Amino acid sequence: MQEAFATAVERWPRDGLPDDPAAWLVTVARHRAIDRLRRDRVLRARVPELALAEEPRPEEPVPTSVPDERLRLIFACCHPALARPAQTALTLRLLGGLSTAEVAHAFLVAEATMAQRLSRAKAKIRAAQIPFRIPPDEALPERLEAVLDVVYLIFNEGYAASAGDTHVRRSLCAEALRLAGVLAELMPGEAEVLGLQALLLAHDARRDARVDDAGALVLLEAQDRSRWDEPEIERATRVAAHALRLGPPRRYVLQAAIAVEHLHGPDWERIAALYSHLAALGPDPVVALNRAVAIALAGDVRDGLARIDALAPELDRYHYFHAARADLLRRLGHRDQAALAYARALELAGNAAERAFLERRLRTTRSRSGPRTGA
Amino acid sequence: MKVLLTLYGEERAAEDFSPEAGAQEMAAWQAFDEAARAAGVLIACEGLEGSHTATTVRVDGGARAVTDGPFIETKEQLGGFIVLDVRDLDEALEWAAKTPWNHDGCFTEIRPVMNYAAWMEATQERAAS
Repeated sequence: MQEAFATAVERWPRDGLPDDPAAWLVTVARHRAIDRLRRDRVLRARVPELALAEEPRPEEPVPTSVPDERLRLIFACCHPALARPAQTALTLRLLGGLSTAEVAHAFLVAEATMAQRLSRAKAKIRAAQIPFRIPPDEALPERLEAVLDVVYLIFNEGYAASAGDTHVRRSLCAEALRLAGVLAELMPGEAEVLGLQALLLAHDARRDARVDDAGALVLLEAQDRSRWDEPEIERATRVAAHALRLGPPRRYVLQAAIAVEHLHGPDWERIAALYSHLAALGPDPVVALNRAVAIALAGDVRDGLARIDALAPELDRYHYFHAARADLLRRLGHRDQAALAYARALELAGNAAERAFLERRLRTTRSRSGPRTGA
Repeated sequence: MKVLLTLYGEERAAEDFSPEAGAQEMAAWQAFDEAARAAGVLIACEGLEGSHTATTVRVDGGARAVTDGPFIETKEQLGGFIVLDVRDLDEALEWAAKTPWNHDGCFTEIRPVMNYAAWMEATQERAAS
């Protein structure tokens, strides 16, 4: 298997990427064994000098301080010669255990669009001979942001599974938490690494309270706080506070601060302010959506809704967009419009728990509409 | 694999260099040339005369049209090229980082030389489908 991996590394640029890397590695291991038998027979028939010249030059292993095999492979996959989203998408597909549909969901694009992006990335890998190789330590920083995104998106897919009957896929969350922990030990002075770890811990602390005993989704404000993991909340708070002291906060540190604030307050004005810092780092429609929700919950529902409506062109495929919009419409008393938005969210939601939650909301919204909405 | 490295940057006339700086520049390129040759990867490495020397020719319907230029309105002009025979993109990137073409405002574009067999195969695949 060790040798099969080495071959995989060599062949990637030449033959393109396999659709199922695990199965592909096994196949390669078998072929490699046949090759070796064949080669040994041929070599015995040749003069020793010639045999020596035929031996392939073994590639020198690159010294690396990354202590974890999967993390090393993730760094190898995030080659900066690929566009950032392509690095992340390809790594999630090949090493994160996500299907093309799940990767598409993580990027809020249609599956066909993602399939095309992945095949374009593979085409560049093939044509430009981008090697799949564990990078030396000095090459880690330029790959770090993409690696953080990969770990975050693995967690996300586990935290709110995009399809299927279970809302939470524990194994994906646990693996992402483990990878974040390894990264934090490897780079204890990198604020963003600590930010990511704190963010994942803060989300994970609420895992048992997010679905009720019947498997239905429970919104944060209605969650049973006694089911939150106190030691994990403490750890998330401590790590986030430490990350905030390491310099001007960037993406993951700000998101961690927001997640931690949710666990303690929440103070929606403070959360809206943190989101505006996040929005200032670069345009991101999901950040803009969350900021709009925070503004609404801080008291200005109309402003929040107007901000959400402005995001429709970018977020029409995102079920949280429609669910958030529905919730604000409901709060403003526009029940018919709220029902339409819940229905649209329901069309897009992938997992059973989220669908059940939205169906419940849709039912109650409809049953309370009727004569009052005629006006 | 063969790769073309195209070198872009702000143009500097020979007169912009002091004799010492000019000699230094030449020596740096000489050293790069020798290192790449010794490693067995160098196919070609040349600098180009300034963009004011460029001439464009188009042959349309048998008629030849020659024009002065093109004069592209960007600060970065094509200043030279290198052709290498390397194992993969990472090796090309390593050599690109070793050229003297790495001061402010300079960049190097790396493109693989076309794989003709794969290109022919692709044309046939398209025709077959």
